[in-house]
Parts: sequence; structure tokens; C-alpha cells
Amino acid sequence: MTGAAIEANGLGMAYGRRRGRALSDCSFRLPAGRICALVGPNGAGKSTLLALAAGLLRPTEGSVRVLGSTPAEARARIAYVAQDKPLYPQLTVADTLWAGAELNPATWDRAAADRVAGPLPQDAKVRTLSGGQRTRLALALALGKRPELMLLDEPMADLDPLVRHQLMGVLMAEVAEHGTTIVMSSHILTELEGACDYLLLVEGGRVRLGGESEDILAAHAVLTGQVRDLAPHTVVESRTTGRQLTALVRKEGPLDDTAWDVTEPSLEELLLAHLRSPEAPALLTPSARARAREEVVAA
Amino acid sequence: MAESAAVEFRIDRRSGVATYLQIVQQTKQALRLGVLEPGDRLPTAREVVEATAINPNTVLKAYRELEREGLVEARRGLGTFVRRTLGSAAVTTDPPLRAELAEWTRRARAAGLDKDDVSALFTDVLDSTFKGDPHS
Repeated sequence: MTGAAIEANGLGMAYGRRRGRALSDCSFRLPAGRICALVGPNGAGKSTLLALAAGLLRPTEGSVRVLGSTPAEARARIAYVAQDKPLYPQLTVADTLWAGAELNPATWDRAAADRVAGPLPQDAKVRTLSGGQRTRLALALALGKRPELMLLDEPMADLDPLVRHQLMGVLMAEVAEHGTTIVMSSHILTELEGACDYLLLVEGGRVRLGGESEDILAAHAVLTGQVRDLAPHTVVESRTTGRQLTALVRKEGPLDDTAWDVTEPSLEELLLAHLRSPEAPALLTPSARARAREEVVAA
Repeated sequence: MAESAAVEFRIDRRSGVATYLQIVQQTKQALRLGVLEPGDRLPTAREVVEATAINPNTVLKAYRELEREGLVEARRGLGTFVRRTLGSAAVTTDPPLRAELAEWTRRARAAGLDKDDVSALFTDVLDSTFKGDPHS
């Protein structure tokens, strides 16, 4: 698994002049076989990024390649579940699954679809389903397609904790068995922690953090101690209370642990610190850096 | 599918202990207590993640660590199997050690120490005795 599932180069998207840019100069690479959390505040550009990768939108600048080809060429190998779970309201659950099988004859995995859609009333029309049931059906279609890349926009938002845990388990089992790459967007990080091993933090249309969650965490430290100079480390966020300084820094060389109490931040602390500090520089680990366009063409 | 796995893992996301380490520790605990015996199959990555919704690579990382320590072995296409037990001989079949500790604990209590005091004292001695050992 050395290929890239997604590779974006200078990707930009503007929805008309008034609304400004949803994405601008967005460059990153997502290696295949990863489970990636796409996080960021509301309006950060997460949904736009997923729709561009799915080939549903055309970028206004730059390019995005998916599974080594254009999103349109890769469409049969991608499953995309949009935030509003678009399904045909007049079809029944059974009809919808039948259509999924008909539309994906080469790859349809009925057992995988049934594992997720099993508890749904098969004869119920889609328009009578609850939000959570619709999510179940949309995920059943996505899994039944047996894609190489799943793009899931806020997939778990309207599910109760029990179902959320169960469906996340089904998704993880799919990855364990088939090496599927998954990108899941959310603004609730705890929902993704533990399941994801890759992270993309998008804010203001740009990627601010990208790479293996472990490596990104290991690149930072929380320092507590007496107020003093934090150089040479890059300060993401710092707070002074009386004589005590608490800082989340990006390490630039060894830490003086005689001067500081050093701990590793949690993923949540790290993301919140970055969101509170828009001026903190972006960090992409080597695997998350997009190659220059000439290299892509040469390769 | 082969016969079912001998244990299942419980993942506590709030514990602050890395998830892969929780799997390593729970496996070792099961080995110590004799819940897992040589020849037993550990659950597959698929079984673990389906039940716990954690990342499959985390399970594989834990199993690699257990393999590195010689406790389990991966058999291609079959699964991961227990190779040996872990110190359970002394824990469960050495009554003298247990009896001495029980006697010492009684004396500590008689001397006016409460449970937390005893625990703190024991941990302190434990730490200084095993200081410098790997995995302590």
C-alpha cells in the first residue's frame, strides 16, 4: 500500500463571487489504507473537499487525484456518503438495496450491505425512515459497493451511541479485511479518536495539520513550569497563571525536561489549541505532503 | 471459521493508556491468570475491531509487540496463537510467597496502616526493587 488514495495540489474551490472561497491552495496527500479523520470547524471546507474528491464538484483551481486517476475515472472504486444522505424517497429499503446491486454488478457484496441494513424494515419507503435509519441505509449501499475509498461526510451525526459504535465496528472490520481507505469528516473528535490513524485538520479552506495521528501528537508537547523563554520551540498556544506557564509547543529539538514538566497532548487538546491559534504554522508529515506536479507526471 | 477466540478485549478510551497497550496488558493479565493457555487463539483483528470500533492497525501493533516478547506467534492464514504462559507459576502455584505477603500485610495493618498506606508502601518497594528493569 504505497499509493495515494487522495492527492490534492493547490486545490481551490469558489462557489461564486459573493460567498468567497471554500478551499484555497489546498495541498496534501493521503496514503492508501488509512482511516483518516477530516476535522475542522463548521464552514472549514470539509464537505467541499470530500465532494471534490468524489468528483461531484469540479475545482476552480488546482487538481485532485483519487486512487491514481481523476475522480471521474475512479468513481466506480469510490463510495461517497454526503451529509444529507441522498436516497430516493419513494423506493423501499429492499428496492434501494436491489438498485445498489444492479448499479454495482461487478463488486456488490450483499453480505456486507445486509450486515448494516439488516435491522431496517425492508418494505418501508425511504421517506418514512428516521435520520438514523437513512444513515444506516446509505452506509449499507456504500459498504455493499465494496469500494477502495470511502468518503463519509459526518457519517455518524444522527446515530445514537450504540448504533454509532456498532457501525464504526463494521467499518473497521471492512478495513481489516479489505484494506479500504476511509475518510470521515466530523467536528466531534471523540467520535473518531481510536478509530482513525490519520488526521487532516482543515480550517479556512486550508490544511493546517496532516499526517499520522501518532506522529503529529509526538511532534508536540505540553510544557508546564516557571515562566521563561520557549525558544527554539514553536509555540502553538501558551497561558500564564501567576508564575506558572503552560504551553503547547511544536518541538524544534530536544526538550529541557529539567526546566519543564513535559507531557504529550491528547488529540483533542492539540486540535483545540490549533483552532484557538490561527497563526500557528501548518504541519504536514512527510507522507502527507503532496508531491510537486512535475513529479506526479513523471511517476 | 476456526473455534472462537479465548478472550475478548475491553477498550477504555478515557483511561489515558494507549489503546494498543491496553490490548497488550489485558493479554498478559489473561496469561498470568491462566485464562489464556498455550495453543489458544487470540481474536483476529477483524473480530476485535468489529467489537470495539478501534483501528485495525492498533490491534496488529499490539500483536506484534506480544510476538516480539515471544508470548504469541502468528500462523499465516490461521491466526495468532499463545506460545507460553507468563509467570503464572509463581503467582498461582507458589503458596509460600503468597502466605508471606499475607502475613506481612496483616502485620502492616496491626501496626496501624490503612489500605492506602499499605498499597503506597508496597508500590514504593516494588518500584525501587524493579527499578531499571525494562517494562517496569
